Amino acid sequence: MCRDCGCSLGPAATRAPLVAHHPAPGGRPAGQVESIELITAILDENDRVAAHNRTHFDQHGVLAINLMSSPGSGKTSLLEATIRALEGELRVAVIEGDLATENDAERIRACGVPAVQITTGNACHLDAQMVHDALHGLPLAGLDILFVENVGNLVCPASFDLGVHRNVTLLSVPEGDDKPAKYPVMFRGADLALITKTDLLAYIDEFQPERARASLRQVGYAGQVIELTKRGGAGFMAWLAWLRDETAALRRPAATGG
Amino acid sequence: MHELAICQALIEQVERVAREHEARRVISVVIAIGPLSGVEPKLLEHAYPLAAAGTVAESASLVVETEPVRVRCRTCRAETDALPNRLVCAGCGDWQVDVTSGEQLLLKRVEIETAEALVH
Repeated sequence: MCRDCGCSLGPAATRAPLVAHHPAPGGRPAGQVESIELITAILDENDRVAAHNRTHFDQHGVLAINLMSSPGSGKTSLLEATIRALEGELRVAVIEGDLATENDAERIRACGVPAVQITTGNACHLDAQMVHDALHGLPLAGLDILFVENVGNLVCPASFDLGVHRNVTLLSVPEGDDKPAKYPVMFRGADLALITKTDLLAYIDEFQPERARASLRQVGYAGQVIELTKRGGAGFMAWLAWLRDETAALRRPAATGG
Repeated sequence: MHELAICQALIEQVERVAREHEARRVISVVIAIGPLSGVEPKLLEHAYPLAAAGTVAESASLVVETEPVRVRCRTCRAETDALPNRLVCAGCGDWQVDVTSGEQLLLKRVEIETAEALVH
């Protein structure tokens, strides 16, 4: 039992251990062979916890956004700039995912908003249970937007639904414009694609934003692409506008039913 | 290497099925994986024995059925094969397609040996 929210889920560490199998003593007659047909999602349990997280977010009217990218593409820097730009307008909190250190959570707290750091040890992604456990350290009732900054990794996080409303994938200019073709699963699952560090376009002429857009289309990404730098400008304003629109859409009665 | 986490989730499901059917042991586990699931079948096969060790599925073989990537074109309605990083219609080249296969990450079948032999 989850004491803080009254739900039936407990922290992962307190879940009952798996029952080990002890083979029957030798000499016992073999049993009947049975084939059981199933068609179930392997990540069924993760999906169940993700749905539970989504219910939490919906009940509190909090827009939850999962930020995914390779390490060093500017997720935390973008969050810092976003929090400062939205100060006094939208109330933000952040769940930070990293293998080790509190560094990113400390950077976010320095901006004056709550942050919970998940350190995954050697795990290369966040899952729904980790996010659920982290939610208990956050005042959901007083929030407008919760960002989940996933572990920097363009492979593993794509397979795990966290229960967020939107997945945002970042592609930074120094990484190269063919990243979507190399990591198709991550980019096709995005609801919004951001091309970050565009102030470096002046120095890195190998990166052609049009080629990045074409690469995104080829992996089946049909959404909006915003080119931005954390230093401001039209792209950064478009990102803030997207956040405002999504927050407002979540609170319109028709949008909260699902 | 999230395949170990996937295997642990798989084993938990197999254990539940085995419990429900009072299995003495699991003989085989059949799963379906599509390239767009983000899971690499080879890595999954390597991780499987680690996750299965000490469970009712310890000696079970893992059978991975790899599914193709298929898309249906919204323009010409053709259903064709595609590559994970080139989800376009092989007929007319349009990129406005719907994926009809390739996202699978499914447990399809579990073959078990029940605890008690049938009494004849």
